[in-house]
Amino acid sequence: MKKILILFAHPAISRSTMNRAMKEAVTGLDGVKVHDLYRRYPDFYIDVEYEQRLCEEHDVIIFQHPFYWYSTPSIIKEWLDLVLQHGWAYGSEGRALEGKCYCHALTAGGDDTTYRSRGANLFTIDELLAPFRATANLCRLRWLPPFAVLGIHRGLPDELIRSHARDYHSLVTALRDEQLDLAAATNSAYLNSNLAGVIRQP
Amino acid sequence: MEHFLLQLFIFLAAATIAVPAAKKLGLGSVLGYLIAGIVIGPYGLSLIGDIKEVMHFTEFGVVMMLFLVGLELKPSLLWQMRIPIIGIGGAQVVLSTVAIGAPALFFLSWQESLAVGMILALSSTAIVLQTLREKGLMDTPPGRSVFSVLLFQDLAVIPMLALLPLLATGAAHGGEHHGAGLFDIQALPGYLRILVTLLAIGFIFVLGKFGSRPIFRAIAATRVREIFVAAALALVVGISLLMTMVGLSPALGTFLAGVVLANSEYRHELESDIEPFKGLLLGIFFISIGASLNFSLIGNEITLISALVIGLIAIKWMILNLVGLIFRMAPKERRLLTVALAQGGEFAFVLFQFSKTNGVLTDKLIDPLISAVAISMFLAPLFFILHEKILARDSASEDERDSDVIDRSGHKVILAGFGRLGTDLGRLLISAGIRPVILDHDASNVDVLRKFGFEVYYGDVTRLDLLEAAGAGEAELLIITIGNVAKARALVRLCQKHYPRLQIAVSAADRAAIYEFMDLGVTVIKRETFDSALALGCDVLQLLGMPTYEAHRLMRLFRRKDEEMLPELHRIFKSDRDNYVSMYQKHNADLEELMRMDTNVDMEEIDRAWTAGNPEE
Repeated sequence: MKKILILFAHPAISRSTMNRAMKEAVTGLDGVKVHDLYRRYPDFYIDVEYEQRLCEEHDVIIFQHPFYWYSTPSIIKEWLDLVLQHGWAYGSEGRALEGKCYCHALTAGGDDTTYRSRGANLFTIDELLAPFRATANLCRLRWLPPFAVLGIHRGLPDELIRSHARDYHSLVTALRDEQLDLAAATNSAYLNSNLAGVIRQP
Repeated sequence: MEHFLLQLFIFLAAATIAVPAAKKLGLGSVLGYLIAGIVIGPYGLSLIGDIKEVMHFTEFGVVMMLFLVGLELKPSLLWQMRIPIIGIGGAQVVLSTVAIGAPALFFLSWQESLAVGMILALSSTAIVLQTLREKGLMDTPPGRSVFSVLLFQDLAVIPMLALLPLLATGAAHGGEHHGAGLFDIQALPGYLRILVTLLAIGFIFVLGKFGSRPIFRAIAATRVREIFVAAALALVVGISLLMTMVGLSPALGTFLAGVVLANSEYRHELESDIEPFKGLLLGIFFISIGASLNFSLIGNEITLISALVIGLIAIKWMILNLVGLIFRMAPKERRLLTVALAQGGEFAFVLFQFSKTNGVLTDKLIDPLISAVAISMFLAPLFFILHEKILARDSASEDERDSDVIDRSGHKVILAGFGRLGTDLGRLLISAGIRPVILDHDASNVDVLRKFGFEVYYGDVTRLDLLEAAGAGEAELLIITIGNVAKARALVRLCQKHYPRLQIAVSAADRAAIYEFMDLGVTVIKRETFDSALALGCDVLQLLGMPTYEAHRLMRLFRRKDEEMLPELHRIFKSDRDNYVSMYQKHNADLEELMRMDTNVDMEEIDRAWTAGNPEE
């Protein structure tokens, strides 16, 4: 069984529906630690030692957040700036994160058609995540495509919210129970574009 | 002598049996006394002799009570209450006089009607104040309105005494001579009478303000407790005599003396010395009211007296409602006012007697009225009980109705202390849509807050009745921002005992206070001055040239280290305390420990990520 660390970042959780539903779907699961960054560090004063210890103790790191300005909410950038220290996360001595799986679970306003070179947003989600992918590379993390819930600006019907939350729950438990076909997952655009196809049945 | 002792025994024994029994039944002490009076009175077991004499003597309990009430009212507070006293009190007395006198005109001459109207406009200071205190309502806004009216009524007795003889239609019975034996003010010409009266009041002020302190100090220095008691009693009795002599109400005089002494450091001692005497005298006074109920008269004139009682209560109730509406009281406040004051008072006994001797009213007229007043006084505590029952039911249904909007403003938060810290904290809460119930002992604060429509309770926060009134039973959270550590600690203990579900957050004056609260199991504790020290330090570092963000982060790091050190310091503090280290040594030791730990903090660890060079190079 793998241990999962979900670094959750939403600055206005009381206004969120999708992220909150996803968070609730994985909170309290065995072997899954949901770590709410805005709650723990309301003034952005990140406890570096504690964060590094958390990363060391877990095998999979998931950043769960809304997609702000084609990126993460700012506290995740602060987290990366402070926690990924040279000699710990990267550099010839820095191997603390080596081999751990890493992915983003994000929600975005525009739907899939806008995240294309001819779409309104000009770039795909995958392209926009390039800095994180590069970071993963430098830190010897194993990059997985994002779990993406798109098109939420139109407002999602309750049923769809519940089904996305269920998918997220399946993904996290599959990662934990090592039932995710990592090779197949790496090749899909989003982890949830064909979830049934990448989760091996026990 | 033996007869006196026997009478005394009967009174005391009756009270001892009846009051606990009445309390057990939830009836309050006043009803207990009244019932005891009926039982031992001429229509019960017929155990006691001259009730009138007893009642006359024990009226003195009312005088003592007003002295005690005065002691709790500082002059500044009384001044702030001038508008309710004159406004609400004046309106109640004038309107009730008219409303009671007008229907009486159908049966009586206008002089008699006016006299009856005035006399019945008064309510029972003794019963109402005793009940309000017992129920802890004295220091609540409605309690204060009630008190204001009662105070005005006591004041109004003086002009009534002057006015009643002018209404005489029959021959004066002569009889009782007004004034004490020492000195007869009636013999003086008018201007001298006013002068003497003013002098007497001035004397009370001078005595209270300048004379009392050296006298009490000298007495306290003897360390003979009963002498202090004797002095306190002598003060009250002496002032009553003086007031009677110049033709003023003794109750009013001692009330003034109490107010003047309210700022004295001997206040608490005076209070605790007079209290038992007052309690006993009032108790016996209530017993004698119970005993004086003339059941044979009531039996003969049952229709008339019932009509009088119902009419009296109904008219006073309507007038009080009207007064409440005029002064824009909240419905809850108005309800207490009407329930509290819709009865006749003990002054009625005195004034009826007085108007009889002055030939204003006849025996035939007075007797049923006195019975009606006594019955209405008997009913007063029962109305209080009914009121509480209704209130309890209403608040239960209110809760149900409120629960659907609870998310926005339904949080029940009590803020104890609205001083420098509490003010800003309160403002923050209000900006978040939470209106705390505020407890404070600063009267000027209380006034301002009330003006803005806050629910504010004035008084000592460690009193359970005050907490209860503020709704501690239903509240989610209590915030303590009072500087006095002993008081704050007492408050925490009280809440943990009586309201175990109430969450507590405290502001601690210093480190020692933090440790004490930690020992009590409080988890949310903030040191009062710590954050402002850090904020100031942050600004100072910037003045010295440190970049803003670095200064901010250094401050933040320092705070975290301080929080981390806390459990260790707490442990050291406890072991020192167990070793009985003196407070002074202790403070120094604490400071030393603090400094030592600070130098161990590695401030360099800050911003390692941003400052580190690349070791690969």
